[in-house]
Amino acid sequence: MSSPRIEVAPFRLSGTVYATLLNHRHSLASLGDAVSAKPYQGAPKNVVLAVKPRPALLPPGSNVLVDDESQELEVGAALGLVIGTTACAVAATDALGHVAGFVVACDCTLPRTSHYRPQIRAMARDASCAFGAEVVARERAGDPDSLSIRVFVDDELVRSTSTADHVRSAAQLIADISDFMTLRPGDVVLTGSAPDGARVRNGATVAIEIESVGRLETRVAMATRAAIADPTRSR
Amino acid sequence: MKRARVAYSGAIHEATPAGADEIRLDDGRVVGEADVVWLPPFEAGTVIALGLNYADHAKELAFKAQDEPLVFLKGPGALIGHRGATRRPADATFMHYECELAVVIGKPARHVARDDAMAHIAGYTIANDYAIRDYLENWYRPNLRVKSRDGATALGPWLVDAADVAAPPQLALQTFVNGRQTQSGNTRDLVFDIAFLIEYLSAFMTLSPGDVILTGTPEGVIDVGVGDEVVCEIEGLGRLVNRIAGDEEFGRAGTASARGAQRKSA
Repeated sequence: MSSPRIEVAPFRLSGTVYATLLNHRHSLASLGDAVSAKPYQGAPKNVVLAVKPRPALLPPGSNVLVDDESQELEVGAALGLVIGTTACAVAATDALGHVAGFVVACDCTLPRTSHYRPQIRAMARDASCAFGAEVVARERAGDPDSLSIRVFVDDELVRSTSTADHVRSAAQLIADISDFMTLRPGDVVLTGSAPDGARVRNGATVAIEIESVGRLETRVAMATRAAIADPTRSR
Repeated sequence: MKRARVAYSGAIHEATPAGADEIRLDDGRVVGEADVVWLPPFEAGTVIALGLNYADHAKELAFKAQDEPLVFLKGPGALIGHRGATRRPADATFMHYECELAVVIGKPARHVARDDAMAHIAGYTIANDYAIRDYLENWYRPNLRVKSRDGATALGPWLVDAADVAAPPQLALQTFVNGRQTQSGNTRDLVFDIAFLIEYLSAFMTLSPGDVILTGTPEGVIDVGVGDEVVCEIEGLGRLVNRIAGDEEFGRAGTASARGAQRKSA
């Protein structure tokens, strides 16, 4: 994707985007007793993540796309940590030193009733994850664990939360992820969104504001179903 | 045609087979296959993997048949080449290999019908997709800590052109641990076949050249330990060799907190 503006190293979001799941303290609470029942059999112990593949990612200013199957999307408003230096098995106390800056992300998924399987059909759809126009250097944004997040649909404030409600802090996320998976410059870790995100359909305008980081605005539009033109095919 | 990517004498080369123990580099040199560093045989894009895609393996793990494939994605750091080493963390009690047919996409695929799907394949290689069962949790299972670990997905040695493999591939697949056969199956027994998977995936996620689909593993997974040699073999594709390494080799001794303290003082 063409990258948001970023004036510090790594200068481009060239790596992999990982979305943290179930990191809002209401995420599990909203499931009630189901957490201890089958299939979950207890709260997650370690960090839960999803990989956002490249075709899911949208450069600033692009539309989030829906199609016949995905008439309605759930908006995941998230703070993104942009990795600046390689982080492998780092301690939480050192973790933020590996973060170059922060970016606003709008991670749209099909609404889910289960959290048992990865469900990439819901979570990894083309043109579903938008980024804000600018990566704000860490020094300028301050503490990533106390930032308000507000979601607007068609200019109306529909959700309001804060990164202070996260189960794992930004530093703890980097530490826990880097214990098994090295984070590289240009990777992005989305720190998680609140459960029951706003639902949007074709034509809606979504705006996400994160305190000290900025505002992302995107529109939901209908995808065309055309297959990719393939000049090598004869018929 | 079989092609590999290897590092030799300060550069990365494409290589082809040249006799039993040698390979031919793209610059004409013929070198011993043990004298190069084998990389994954193509530059990988999105790494897509299947769980429970052989009926016998699903049964082995006590799962019922699914109506939709169990698909998950991995980060790029999971990949290593032939003759690589994969770390077994000291606290693991059950770490197993998974020998899998890997399908490499050659042409962009979006909304591809199953009848057209096989034309989007560049070729095939072997994958050894390790899992550490101790870390399995029932949230977005299999979670990345089990399946997207640094260096825990080996690919190679060769990318074999799709034109050289009859479609759909019906290839015997075997794993040997320290020379003893532990896993045996055939790629004709996939629950969701390759054409279906390309149709299914491309309906919501555009596939691009270099994207790779690891199609799942049959029954016969056992615990492997530090020092073990694991060889995954698929008929016509070759033998993918991997070694299990301990924490010490990766500068990791003791617990996470001890490690943090150690790194800080270093």
